[in-house]
Amino acid sequence: MKSESLPAAPQAATVTSELLAQHSITPSEYERIVAALGRTPSLTELGIYSVMWSEHCSYKSSRVHLKRLPTKSDRVVQGPGENAGIIDAGDGWACAFKIESHNHPSYIEPFQGAATGVGGILRDIFTMGARPLAVMDSLRFGPLTESKSTPREVIHKNHSIVEGVVHGIAAYGNCFGVPNLGGETRFEECYSGNPLVNAFALGLVRRDEIFYAKATGIGNPVIYVGAKTGRDGIHGATMASEEFKEGSEQKRPNVQVGDPFMEKLLLEACIEAMKTGAIVGIQDMGAAGLTSSSCEMGARGGVGLEMNLDHIPQRETGMTAYEMMLSESQERMLLVADKGREQEVLDVFAKWGLDATIVGTVIAEPRLRILHHGEIEADIPNTSLTDEAPLYHRPVGEWKAPVPAEPTKSALDKLGYEDQSSTRNHTDDLRTLLASANICSKRWVHEQYDSMVQTNTVQGPGAEGGVMRIKGTKRGLSMALDGNGRWCYLDPKLGASHAVAEAARKVACTGATPVAATNCLNFGNPEKPEIMAQLSNAIDGISEACIALGTPVTGGNVSLYNETRGEGIYPTPVLGIVGIIEDVAKTVPAAFQKAGDSVLLIAPAKLPTIEDRLREFGSSEYAKTILGELWGTPPSLDLSAEAALQKCLAEFADAGLLHSARDISDGGIAVTLAEGSFENGIGVSAHLQEGPDLPIAWQLFSETATQVIVTCDAAAVEKIRAIVSKHNSLLVQNIGETVKDRFRIQVNGKTVIDESVHGLQHVWAGALEAKLYDEVLA
Amino acid sequence: MKFGVLVFPGSNCDHDTYNVISEIAKQPVTMLWHDSPNLENCDAILVPGGFAYGDYLRTGAIARFSPVMQSVKKFAADGGVVLGICNGFQILTEAGLLPGALMRNAGLKYICRQVYLRTETTNTPFTGTLKKGEVLKIPIGHMDGNYVCDAETLAALERDDRIVFRYSTAQGEISPEANPNGSLGNIAGILNEGRNVLGMMPHPDRSSESLLGSADGYRIFASMVLALQQNESRSPAVQEVAAR
Repeated sequence: MKSESLPAAPQAATVTSELLAQHSITPSEYERIVAALGRTPSLTELGIYSVMWSEHCSYKSSRVHLKRLPTKSDRVVQGPGENAGIIDAGDGWACAFKIESHNHPSYIEPFQGAATGVGGILRDIFTMGARPLAVMDSLRFGPLTESKSTPREVIHKNHSIVEGVVHGIAAYGNCFGVPNLGGETRFEECYSGNPLVNAFALGLVRRDEIFYAKATGIGNPVIYVGAKTGRDGIHGATMASEEFKEGSEQKRPNVQVGDPFMEKLLLEACIEAMKTGAIVGIQDMGAAGLTSSSCEMGARGGVGLEMNLDHIPQRETGMTAYEMMLSESQERMLLVADKGREQEVLDVFAKWGLDATIVGTVIAEPRLRILHHGEIEADIPNTSLTDEAPLYHRPVGEWKAPVPAEPTKSALDKLGYEDQSSTRNHTDDLRTLLASANICSKRWVHEQYDSMVQTNTVQGPGAEGGVMRIKGTKRGLSMALDGNGRWCYLDPKLGASHAVAEAARKVACTGATPVAATNCLNFGNPEKPEIMAQLSNAIDGISEACIALGTPVTGGNVSLYNETRGEGIYPTPVLGIVGIIEDVAKTVPAAFQKAGDSVLLIAPAKLPTIEDRLREFGSSEYAKTILGELWGTPPSLDLSAEAALQKCLAEFADAGLLHSARDISDGGIAVTLAEGSFENGIGVSAHLQEGPDLPIAWQLFSETATQVIVTCDAAAVEKIRAIVSKHNSLLVQNIGETVKDRFRIQVNGKTVIDESVHGLQHVWAGALEAKLYDEVLA
Repeated sequence: MKFGVLVFPGSNCDHDTYNVISEIAKQPVTMLWHDSPNLENCDAILVPGGFAYGDYLRTGAIARFSPVMQSVKKFAADGGVVLGICNGFQILTEAGLLPGALMRNAGLKYICRQVYLRTETTNTPFTGTLKKGEVLKIPIGHMDGNYVCDAETLAALERDDRIVFRYSTAQGEISPEANPNGSLGNIAGILNEGRNVLGMMPHPDRSSESLLGSADGYRIFASMVLALQQNESRSPAVQEVAAR
């Protein structure tokens, strides 16, 4: 492929303001393009710039802020900037993991949008040589039941999005053969027009067999493998970088179609081809497909790539260079092989029945050069597409609390705040909370996922964290996702810190030591200063918590423009935390195991003031679901107490002291105790002692942070106290014991809840299906 | 004794099944690639779960035409022991090695969860170490596990004691509530007429270690190993007589 005989520059496009607008390129960005090229771009080049400089690919609004995240530790092998982050998992193993959003496509076409979200994150993992070990998802939807603010037609749309997304995730992951450990699913009104689908994946690779997305070796062949290129998904990245308007459904052709069978073959073929030792670098074709994989691999290696599109396997006839470079057809990879050994690689792909074609060469000039039908269609300096893409210091507004700090009089009355003699039925309150969308069982979701394939699943969906063993070792990996959009709405910084702390606490409850994080930052339109304030504050909150808890961020994804008709979502950073268990046989379950165990509450020694607790109660599920109000702030968070608690949990597990552990979160201590009871039909008889003039509901349902419930043999209680006593910031309270079939809570000596475990379980287990189907049946 | 695990493009429990034989049963085992008819002198064939050839048409509908399946048919006809798990069961019914078919689950959704099976017969090379009526905790993971057959076939299965497992409660009760997918008569696994081919929807490969929630499934592999050992211990002459 000699380029000397070809015309020196591609044919200039006729650039109009409409053409630039269609490509979401601003006039000043266009000036930069002309300066980088030294001439007018061709249409193909304009398309390439538009996707590479889109928010989705360039992080142009968030990059300056992301720099504040901690990214290093002794365990981190690869931080942000590659296909996935990698940590050392011990015994010669490394663990690649990442979370990524597929929000916009999942709104437009829920099944395929969610399916290809799973496909994309899996490729990010196995492109690094890691075999995917587990996936999880963090999902946000609009409400499932009608209310004043959410009319019937919106509910119907929400139902179809939930069905489609869950089915899409299941169809892709089940066929591919990776266990899905659940994750979390929440519902709020703000997600009706903007559901969030964040897919997390984790894979295992030998420490010395990691592959990077870097092109090296002038003259090395560039090989295209996997599915053929079609016209699907063109401009998907640009779509994901815009707000939704009326008629966004018309963008359906921008959503790609997934083929999990093809992806499974691609996985097996890639892993087998990597074993030949003939592959130099490899990158999956995700957003902006051929374009991003080629220019990013070149830029990382300080070299260029010249590709002849005549050789690209094509699914449709008459495709132009523009269409091929922007296609987002799924299940494709670009790799660089050792010159002279390309046949070994091609043979492996032929065995698996996949296309593998040499489409270009690594060149010395650090440029992306695209040939088609004997013409140069693009000739761009790589770094102008990657490192030198625009970087915006967008105006960051002053963050202001969106709701009042104090509750209304009517909420206080309902709570019985002034008058403790009020006769609220707390068993009914508990039932209402257990049946609420955010708290009820998500079995309907996760039973559609294969959670056991690969035979490594020690703890699957429904536990605090998913736990996988590493075959051939004693070790295990624990993982959890968390993000509370409502809390981030009330205080982006504190809410984001909570996402880190809670995900890490869930991991610690399984007996693991949390070691690293990945984040998916879902926000509204960054061109609004108030949204940038949310983003900036949230990043500060994540940074503080990750530093305090020793979990550096190794990568992730930013999803902006999550707005429909100007209505933004709650700021929703979602954190994925990975932890290591040295002896996976010591994994701690989340459910109560047997009657007669001691039930201990471990909590911060220093409680907030009464005024603070009232303010914090306004962010709880109880306030939202039962009082129908939102006020105040998320619970306060003492990160040093949190770190101490997580250390204690690892120590308890290592000493084999615990029969179960779960963190107190949505719905407070009453809900936590109830959820611990369901799996084995083992309830509790608990006694809570607190100031006699506090509302009982508040003691049962407030969501104070850094608290866990553990159960153990009575003989282990003193050992647990001894471990906790090393930390001044924490206290242990023995609050009762586990009992068969019964669920009883006393507050200050008075029985406030007394119900059969089965009765409570019934409302919790069937609530989600009831919300989805009852109306249809009626 | 040697086990062979079939590998179709899209098989995804091939490694799991292989792992149980090599790491837990500690027996020789090899992978058999779909486009070769060579069964490499294996003494037992395991058809693993997954989505052979993507299963976009109908589960197992394409796999039955693969070269390796032509050899498996001959192997089974000669009395060779064959276990099909999940997608393996679907392939064996499509290939005509087992009667009936597996339709879409009654709830129309994929279901992954632990279920209980009642052992209906021990007169098989797969259940020799079990007791009749014994309840096993073994998980399912499938979209199409709803077993159906015509009345005549069902009568023959029952008459010939060829229903090996039925979905039950933990106490061994056969009830509609214990049936996860709508299968006729709660059927979870059946034998061929020769009693040497078993197809079952639940995954013994996923329940062979207590760390993973149950080791009950391993009893099936252990029974196979025992049956094959007994077979080996017979002299070739005796085997020849037995084969007639």
